[in-house]
Amino acid sequence: MSFFFEVLIGGLLAGVMYSMVALGFVLIYKASGVLNFAQGAMVYLAALSVVGCMEKGAPLWLAIILAFAIMTAFGIATEKFVLRKMVNQPPIALFMATIGLSFFIEGLAPMLFGNDVRPLDIGLVDEPIPAILDAFNIVVSRFDLAAAGIAALLVVVLALFFQYTRVGRALRAVADDHQAALSIGIPLQHIWALVWTVAGFVALVSGMLWGARNGVQFALTFTALKALPVLILGGFTSVPGAIVGGLIIGASEKLAEIYIPPVMQSMFDGNFGGIEGWFPYVMALLFLLVRPEGLFGEKHIDRV
Amino acid sequence: MFYRETGQFKTTYAADQQIFPIRQDRIGMLLLLAVAFVGIPLFASEYWFTAILLPFLIFALAALGLNILTGYAGQLSLGSAAFMAVGAYAAYNFQVRIDGMPVLVSFLLAGLTAAAVGILFGLPSLRIKGFYLAVATLAAQFFIVWCLTKFPYLSNDSSSGVISLPGITILGFAFDTPRSTYLLVLTLVLLLALAAKNLVRSTTGRAWMAVRDMDVAAEVIGIRLMHTKLLAFAVSSFYCGVAGALYAFCYLGSVEPDGFSLDMSFKILFMIIVGGVGSILGSFLGAAFILLLPIFLDISLPAAASMLHLPFDNATVSHIQLMVFGALIMFFLVVEPHGLARLWQIAKEKLRLWPFPH
Amino acid sequence: MAREIGEVILDLRNISLRFGGVKALTDISFDVKEHEIRAIIGPNGAGKSSMLNVINGVYRPQEGEIVFHGERRCDMNTHAAAVAGIARTFQNIALFKGMSVLDNLMTGRNLKMKAGFLQHALWWGPAKREELAHRAKVEEVIDFLEIEHIRKTPVGRLPYGLQKRVELGRALAAEPKMLLLDEPMAGMNVEEKQDMCRFILDVNDQFGTTIVLIEHDMGVVMDISDRVVVLDYGRKIGDGVPDEVKNNPEVISAYLGTQH
Repeated sequence: MSFFFEVLIGGLLAGVMYSMVALGFVLIYKASGVLNFAQGAMVYLAALSVVGCMEKGAPLWLAIILAFAIMTAFGIATEKFVLRKMVNQPPIALFMATIGLSFFIEGLAPMLFGNDVRPLDIGLVDEPIPAILDAFNIVVSRFDLAAAGIAALLVVVLALFFQYTRVGRALRAVADDHQAALSIGIPLQHIWALVWTVAGFVALVSGMLWGARNGVQFALTFTALKALPVLILGGFTSVPGAIVGGLIIGASEKLAEIYIPPVMQSMFDGNFGGIEGWFPYVMALLFLLVRPEGLFGEKHIDRV
Repeated sequence: MFYRETGQFKTTYAADQQIFPIRQDRIGMLLLLAVAFVGIPLFASEYWFTAILLPFLIFALAALGLNILTGYAGQLSLGSAAFMAVGAYAAYNFQVRIDGMPVLVSFLLAGLTAAAVGILFGLPSLRIKGFYLAVATLAAQFFIVWCLTKFPYLSNDSSSGVISLPGITILGFAFDTPRSTYLLVLTLVLLLALAAKNLVRSTTGRAWMAVRDMDVAAEVIGIRLMHTKLLAFAVSSFYCGVAGALYAFCYLGSVEPDGFSLDMSFKILFMIIVGGVGSILGSFLGAAFILLLPIFLDISLPAAASMLHLPFDNATVSHIQLMVFGALIMFFLVVEPHGLARLWQIAKEKLRLWPFPH
Repeated sequence: MAREIGEVILDLRNISLRFGGVKALTDISFDVKEHEIRAIIGPNGAGKSSMLNVINGVYRPQEGEIVFHGERRCDMNTHAAAVAGIARTFQNIALFKGMSVLDNLMTGRNLKMKAGFLQHALWWGPAKREELAHRAKVEEVIDFLEIEHIRKTPVGRLPYGLQKRVELGRALAAEPKMLLLDEPMAGMNVEEKQDMCRFILDVNDQFGTTIVLIEHDMGVVMDISDRVVVLDYGRKIGDGVPDEVKNNPEVISAYLGTQH
């Protein structure tokens, strides 16, 4: 039983990381109705910028600031050269544009900072917490717990920012209705650039955590693929949805990886590991068949 | 001057509904067919057949499949490569497991198998739309490739799912040279393209487009959404499946599941974006463009670098390729969302009026 | 006039429709007779569009029943309605924007076309004959609505007034028994309104199509409709021939407000 809990807790903590990437998606989707496929590539770019700057001799704090500057510049450029020119196009075209954007970053980032795998030390170590190990005989990684704490902090800060600042209110207005927001004088373009910058910041935080854990490498772009089922489950517009969805996906994925392949092995012959690539998707899909609007989404009534 | 329809009066609806209502277009098409069937086989080198023409035709077919689903029926799919994989493996299994199975029949069955799998993964489209569906198609991409890797039965117990395809013999004639393979693939692809064109100009195609443009209104005039969407998934997957079978049998000769990656799905999506969403011609133009671009960059980039005395390595070429692909997709979506096919149409309209501006 | 108003063909009995806690329609009953022009009027938000949506099955009412051509059902569904011969237009034009006028009208005939998709793929024999026969039918509608010059234009490029006309054409192409028109003249100028009125009257007169329409222009409604039903806040407050409704005190107060 303690093994089950160990897997469960490990999964939940991994899920926090998925939630963070999903959060970046939700931010941009809420403000501009764009499903930003490039979020994973942004995570890669951000993490690579940090190690790249550190390699050139910058201390960690400076590297983080520089990386944030890069993400900001990137956010502004995206708004200026892509989003602004596609205002009247259907959302699905914008989505395809972000796939293009993702390719662009995947080429650009290693051009700037090199493409070999590099470690990133942010002062956290991936080792079990002795107290919990002694008391419950369960391995809980110190690193994962700290990451979860950082993620929680990030969510709280963002929630406060959205709820209580003038900019946050403008953001919510834009999310509700672009044209109405424009007509009362909210500068749409600034808001979009801003929200991409915030998403860049989220990408920076998640990129550093993922990078510190697994090394800074191209595989970071796949975090987007981890976050997409979370979004389906939680709904594209819901911050709590992203959090809860991430936790559910993280936990069920790890549990499934432990418990499903042996069952399949006994049914058929062969090795059935590596199901975490598709399991979250299939789970999210089955869930959608029951509740198409997602966990926290609203039921939509078509008006004709 | 020469391209104009003055004097070509249509007196029947049949004449008005031809695929190429303008006489000059018909002549042009015949010339193109003559070049493809006679000119190219006479003059092209082996490199052209194996490195350019075969992949071009096969990917054009896959792009056509995706275009039916995404361009005509409006359901974005990110899993086209997986359906190609289904086709490739199905054709292989039909060939290996059934003695004396004719190759063309196994291609047909491969397409039908892919269609069945397509319907299965199209089921969510009945409840969800847009992004949700796009993400759901990723499930197909990952799940199918995983299955092909993990179930040894599907690859006839070969390690990690690699399969080697037998040669093609039809009615005693062995298609063992690049030239003959090219002619076979060309014929199949053109027939399927013609069928696709017929589909999209008939009730079936109109139902797809109606669902794409305004699903509530489509329902109200009696179009059954479920039937229409699933048919689009089936036909689209059929095309991708046949393309996959051709890809394995006629182009590579040996494939593994991981070869049908998400990247390949994206590449097919890029083909229809660049070529033209909702255009048969666009599928061909896009496939040509996306396949030729890397070849062009491979040749031109090192040359440009050496002229400018810049340091250069192969990794840089692949990075630049990614950037160019990405930039190009964004460029087309911003500047000409209907792609090369639309540019071609504009050019023709200008030509009709030439030398006058209006 | 050739037409003669016949028996009741559509009977709505005690229809109630709710969205969550919001009551859109409350206990509404009225009927529609064959060949008549029946108008539904009422202030904004009265539930007029919801009423049409109930008739052709876009919305399912929680209570009440619908009897169409003697067939009783608790609710319609869109497909059954289309098969039964109910066609409609929408308040905010719902044309297929990427398709030409001709193709839009052809989709209106999809229920009458029987060829399967394999025959379509071959474009051969029955499929081709059917396509051409229906094209001829659609051309009649095109002639009737005087839109010959734009038959190959993508609908998205047409001006608003013409789009409204094409949408009517798509409904007519289905040769419906009953036509539901949701504000067919909204946003039109006087000339366009006159044209549209003429088309509606001609359809009713020449084809004998029963018409249920929602319209805000009182002049038009009182002119062309045989009977009018008035809704306010999801309730029926008046029903009868135009003159009767005009003098109904409840109707007057709903439109002009009451003195307290």
